[in-house]
Amino acid sequence: MGSVGAKEVPVLLSPEGLRIDGRKLDELRPIRIEAGPLHQADGSAFVEWGANKVMAAVYGPREVHPRHLQQNDKAVIQCRYNMAAFSVDERKRPGLDRRSQEISKVIGEAFESVVFAEEFPRTSIDVYIEVLQANAGTRCAGLVAASVALADAGIPMVDLLPAVAVGKVGGAIALDLKKEEDNYGEADLPMALVPQSGRLVLLQMEGHMTEEELSRSLELGVQGCQVIYEKMKAALRDKYSPRPTEGGAA
Amino acid sequence: MLVLPGEEIDSHGLKPGPGTYRVGGKVYASVLGLLSPRPPIVQVVALSGRYIPHPRDVVVGIVTDVQSTFWLLDIGAPRWAPLHMTGTPWKVDIGETDRYLRVGDAVVVEVESLEATGRIGVTMNGERLGKLEGGTIVHISPARVPRVVGRGGSMIETITRHTGAKVAVGQNGRVWVDGTPETIRRVSEVLRMIDEDGQRPGLTERVESYLLATMPTTERGPEEPPRESAHRDVPEDEGLPVPAGDEETETDEGPGEPGSEPP
Amino acid sequence: MSAEAAAEIRTTHILDLAAEGKRLDGRSPDEYRPIRIEPGFVATADGSALVRVGDTTVVAGIKLEPGKPFPDTPNAGVLTTNAELIPLSNAMFEPGPPQPGAIEVSRVVDRAIRAAETIDLTKLCVTPGEKSWVCYTDVHVIDHDGNLIDASLLAAVAALTRATVPAKRFGIAEADYPLAIQHVPIECTFVRLGDTIVVDPSFDEEQAAQGRLTVATDEVGRIVAMQKGLVGAFSPDDVKEIARRAFRHGERLRALARGGSA
Repeated sequence: MGSVGAKEVPVLLSPEGLRIDGRKLDELRPIRIEAGPLHQADGSAFVEWGANKVMAAVYGPREVHPRHLQQNDKAVIQCRYNMAAFSVDERKRPGLDRRSQEISKVIGEAFESVVFAEEFPRTSIDVYIEVLQANAGTRCAGLVAASVALADAGIPMVDLLPAVAVGKVGGAIALDLKKEEDNYGEADLPMALVPQSGRLVLLQMEGHMTEEELSRSLELGVQGCQVIYEKMKAALRDKYSPRPTEGGAA
Repeated sequence: MLVLPGEEIDSHGLKPGPGTYRVGGKVYASVLGLLSPRPPIVQVVALSGRYIPHPRDVVVGIVTDVQSTFWLLDIGAPRWAPLHMTGTPWKVDIGETDRYLRVGDAVVVEVESLEATGRIGVTMNGERLGKLEGGTIVHISPARVPRVVGRGGSMIETITRHTGAKVAVGQNGRVWVDGTPETIRRVSEVLRMIDEDGQRPGLTERVESYLLATMPTTERGPEEPPRESAHRDVPEDEGLPVPAGDEETETDEGPGEPGSEPP
Repeated sequence: MSAEAAAEIRTTHILDLAAEGKRLDGRSPDEYRPIRIEPGFVATADGSALVRVGDTTVVAGIKLEPGKPFPDTPNAGVLTTNAELIPLSNAMFEPGPPQPGAIEVSRVVDRAIRAAETIDLTKLCVTPGEKSWVCYTDVHVIDHDGNLIDASLLAAVAALTRATVPAKRFGIAEADYPLAIQHVPIECTFVRLGDTIVVDPSFDEEQAAQGRLTVATDEVGRIVAMQKGLVGAFSPDDVKEIARRAFRHGERLRALARGGSA
């Protein structure tokens, strides 16, 4: 969220109810998901979402380093969300800042809520998210990429985790904010959904909105997650689907 | 049928098995894999991911650490597997473990036990288990091992017949290959084809035509009888009524190399 | 597939193959893996490229920002090169501060860019002694299957040669303009496998290597940087031979870096 200071605020919503890039309020940016592009990792995924480019890789379950993090009854899930120096307009100093550490923590906890970690005691499942090009919504794009990477790595879990941010622009609740909307908008609410249970395992909010607007945001976000969920599944099917002539008839 | 984590499974009244979970009377997939009803259970056989050990699996491991009474093996599983000195055909004295196996050595072992702690017990006592000398190790996805073996061992037989290579397929997707450099290259290429392309029909034909096309003129036929592979003979096709535990399938034949006595 | 402990018999096999002039993936000792260059991969950067060398993938991004020149070079811009060997790219990298391996890649790439006078630094001066452009080259390793140095410099020069100075955005000039490029350095890395010296080592070959030597050359026939790494040794004749090969490969790689995809 940027502050709405003396600078000119662009018109975020046209009289016809269209946004700066011509989208409707409930419309997502284009999303492309590729499962398994990396060779070294146990699982990986690349997500291009609007002008975001995010790569995720999963290693494990494997031996825990450092040792003291080992848990006797389940796998630890260690998540690292990182932004490349060149991924934002103003060069970001390499390394994890406080924002990245917070995002790593909430994403890691979201995955802990759905992964059957007790199947792999004393191991670590390492989830790495690298933002190569950022344009608002990178934590959701990263979460989506990491979730596909986890499935690609054969990790057992309750469900895939689609995620999307809802925000408030020009007084209206809108799905999937892009950078200008995020900078000048009035609220930003990222969430991740477990489609199987209908519950949210990541939820944050910055800005201000009324109770009614919150209701609308949740409704819109869950709808958006369902669309993204289908794209995640399609990416995995694309990589793993056996050709129909073999085995499928059995 | 391919299923993804979170997808509801029509269980036909079967009990939820590996790769599934049940909530509120419904059964869902927990891993990406092929839906395989094996009465009385329904399970999802993972198509990706690390090797998940099962007792009696014969696997190829690499020594990663040497302690005074045991070695730690990387078998591509979530955890390293300790091989205790008593689990070998050798009379090893405490503190003398490094005289027998060093870091980087390759071995064929059998999974003996799995504990709730995640500990994987392995043994080298058994036929065709032991240290590997010569050759090299090629990695494939553990999910592709049944393809490499083939129905009734047909694929591995095709490979050894056309190349004369010695091949030991670890259940963990580590494949030991021995022969001339050219032989190893041809077998590695075939393994790569199966690993990347194992889902497409006509695999046996493609492998066979590759092997025929690359048959060297000077080196024909096996130099010595091909070695048995370390596979378990598991039919890989989904939906086949195969016992879940594979108890009835034949042979846990390990690869030939018996553990050689170190000096 | 995750990297596991290196099997000794695998290493021996690589050395046996090399003795016959062969390699695991069927290449000849003097052959690079396929190279693919995707310029402009990162829109937020002032110049960028994604480079694949076989299964090794790196992304380089250039950022230019106004800053202060160093007191001893008041009329010149400032260059900074940084390589990140992030844990996403290989099982052996762990999170935390940069490891010596990452620092070595950064410095070897930086030396070549600097010594070749890749950029005309005087053109990056805005007000002598007070204001000049700082040019950051950041290299992100995405997938590590060996030979990070060559891939990283290739990505860096592919990005630099297409970079734009964002003068308008920072209110320094009326319009943005291309970064002034003088020379294009290329690094070629070789490893010793027994008596055979192979170019562009894969990860497995690096594990088996008995010494690594990188030679950077430019298009006017200068050697602009060298780095011997890993445990092992080279004779003076080896070094001369490697330099000769580096010039030849350098020419081809430079054309790729300038022209884009191969």
